[in-house]
Amino acid sequence: MSGLFSAASWETVWKYRSTFLLGFGNTLLTAALGILLALALGAVFGLMAAGDKPVLRAVARVYVEFIQNTPVLLQLCFIYYALAFSGHSIGIIPTGIIALGIYHGAYMSEVFRAGIEAVPKGQFEAARSQGFTYFEEMWYIILPQTIKIILPPMVNQIVNLMKNTSCLYLIGGSDLISLTYSFVTGATTGGAYAPAYLVCGALFFLMCYPLSRLAGSWEKQLKRREAMTAAVRTK
Amino acid sequence: MTQLQGSFQIISNPSVLGYLLKGLVFTLIISAVAVLIGIAFGSLLALLRNYCISPQNKILGTLASVYIEVFRNTPLLLWIFVALVLIPVPPVFKKKLFGLTSVETGLLFKGAVALILFTSSIIAEIVRGGLNAIPKGQFEAAHSQGFGTVQTMRLIILPQAFRHIVPTLLSQVITTIKDSSYLANIAVIELMARTRQVLSAAYQYNGTGQVNVSDVFVLFGFAFAIYFIINFALSLVVRRIRKNSHG
Repeated sequence: MSGLFSAASWETVWKYRSTFLLGFGNTLLTAALGILLALALGAVFGLMAAGDKPVLRAVARVYVEFIQNTPVLLQLCFIYYALAFSGHSIGIIPTGIIALGIYHGAYMSEVFRAGIEAVPKGQFEAARSQGFTYFEEMWYIILPQTIKIILPPMVNQIVNLMKNTSCLYLIGGSDLISLTYSFVTGATTGGAYAPAYLVCGALFFLMCYPLSRLAGSWEKQLKRREAMTAAVRTK
Repeated sequence: MTQLQGSFQIISNPSVLGYLLKGLVFTLIISAVAVLIGIAFGSLLALLRNYCISPQNKILGTLASVYIEVFRNTPLLLWIFVALVLIPVPPVFKKKLFGLTSVETGLLFKGAVALILFTSSIIAEIVRGGLNAIPKGQFEAAHSQGFGTVQTMRLIILPQAFRHIVPTLLSQVITTIKDSSYLANIAVIELMARTRQVLSAAYQYNGTGQVNVSDVFVLFGFAFAIYFIINFALSLVVRRIRKNSHG
């Protein structure tokens, strides 16, 4: 791999550090807003899927199945081209936020649904009988009990969403991956492959690894606690 | 003729349809190869990470851990780009193959290697999940019966672990089919890239002389339908297996 030990390549990378920072900023922005959209969609469709209205359940089911079974890249390109060829382009980053939000929203929806369904039925009935409204019941009774189950897979989805910002390359994005690639292939900056990819990979790793670790350790704790309660119950 | 009719004319053009379906075949073959090699390499990584913990072979375990964590926490596209400059193409893939140009077969090889390396790290964690689910007594029983470490793994532990993770591995096939679309970033070989390619040439086929928004809907709708049918069928199989193993 060319340029790993060449001081000149590292100097070029340092000289153009603003390119990497710009890409990193764009990736963070896309990811942050994408996560907000995914959480909102996930909460709405998750509640619909866990509810008892057949029509709403069916709508949520169709959303989740369709989105989860097709590639995010295809969804992003579809949204981008559909908007572009109908004369409604909204820009690359907003398109990316919407596509990633919709894609990961489907996964978040499954996370919420599973989390709600893990709470014993008596809790819902008790809340109802105490006169809680639907949203009060979900917010005060169900969510606090299920947040520990929801958090690990939710954080994993956040990590996946961050990695998927690389999709933007195909529609000409200015995210970290895209700018790194145009840096290494650029006429004036080209050739410094190893340092540039190393910097790009390191930035992604720094974003994702702490979150993955966090999710992993929460999951382990949860499993240990489950095993303990199971052991107590069987005694 | 309306724009929409023109769009359907693209899809019903036999050469376009054949071009797209050939892309589908590439998607399926690339994904199958990535998962199969991924299972072999991923199992090795999982075994190393889980059981190389004694001082003399700890280095292997650490290397496997680093590999898994690095690949799992960086995007696939980065590895595809790295493969472009880092992976040498063997002579077999330097000529015209499967109806691709020699440049495309080279890119196919590099992209496939990146996908395999990436998928292996995910499968390694799936296999580890299966290994961790096996009670410790199985190891002790095997050792007490005189099985060596390799025999214990091959005959006692791995078969049980794999039975646990069949559904998860099948859902990984779905993920890999979706991930293979990332190859569209470097070459026009598989379904995703070919759909885009046909769209950019749509004006030649739809009779209107320009690309219309209805072309986007028809072409991408076609690709969505293909991906959905295959992946949804797989996910139904996964669900059936999960239900049976619980009930």
